Amino acid sequence: MTPQELSEKLKTKFGKAVIEVKINGVLNPYVKVFPAKLKDVAFFLRDDADLQFDYLMCLSGIDYGKGTLGVVYHLFSMSKRHKITVKVEVPVDKPEVPSVTEVWHSANWHEREAYDLVGIVFTGHPDLRRILCPDDYPGHPLRKDFKVPEFYQGMKVPY
Amino acid sequence: MGLLDKQFNNSNVIITSLDNLLNWARLSSLWQMQFGLACCAIEMMATAASHYDFDRFGVIPRATPRQSDVMIVAGTVTLKMASRIKRLYDQMSEPRYVISMGSCSNCGGPYWEHGYHVLKGVDRVIPVDVYVPGCPPRPEALMEGLIKLQEKIRNESRVKKTA
Repeated sequence: MTPQELSEKLKTKFGKAVIEVKINGVLNPYVKVFPAKLKDVAFFLRDDADLQFDYLMCLSGIDYGKGTLGVVYHLFSMSKRHKITVKVEVPVDKPEVPSVTEVWHSANWHEREAYDLVGIVFTGHPDLRRILCPDDYPGHPLRKDFKVPEFYQGMKVPY
Repeated sequence: MGLLDKQFNNSNVIITSLDNLLNWARLSSLWQMQFGLACCAIEMMATAASHYDFDRFGVIPRATPRQSDVMIVAGTVTLKMASRIKRLYDQMSEPRYVISMGSCSNCGGPYWEHGYHVLKGVDRVIPVDVYVPGCPPRPEALMEGLIKLQEKIRNESRVKKTA
């Protein structure tokens, strides 16, 4: 299925939940959806007979630097051999995105990483803890406004 | 000891200073606390393997601090790891030594500016005896670091206080 057909299918199924579709001029065609509808879209992408996106290749958290955070899902179908990218955007003061752990189990640790480094809160995640930084680390280091702490547990951090 | 057997076939007496004897014994069997943290660990393992053969200096890797004389900190020391390093160092019995291997554990290496999670030098938590530069250092460099440490031990004294 081409990205064109796929996005048409999503639009007819979910209507206004699809905010934006970009197919030309980008390396990976993507559809942007409302965070509130993300889980429905994810289940549909996985379970529809024509789509069968059974493999979440990558899940990334992003700080766009203009008051919004984002999550990007790179999907692939092992049986259909096609790809699509799904994006969501949330405001930085309420960075809540529904977890897709139920849909793809591989999302579990990816979401923990995005929570750890960018500070996106995945609602419904079974075990949302930091995965890389220490538990008491101050802040989320890949935020644009992150400042490196002067001291961590009595150890000087800057060079 | 085939060479010595032929020379000393009766119960002979060798005269040397106590310092010399003890230092010779200590520097010839520096058991190493394995502390591979990053890519430097690969070079450390290569040094311990047959081609470079760290064993000929009496260096045997140990998995516990209680049996080790020297800790080779090989790799990037993250803030999360720093407290563990300190604890393991404290568990080593004296006299104990530390070789800091590679740019990361010397000074933070490539993470010196933007490394929000990296300790800029393991010497911020434990005292270091020998710094081995390199990214990662070749096995020859690590061996030279060990020989430098042996020199340091050779010049120590159990009788006089060292500076």
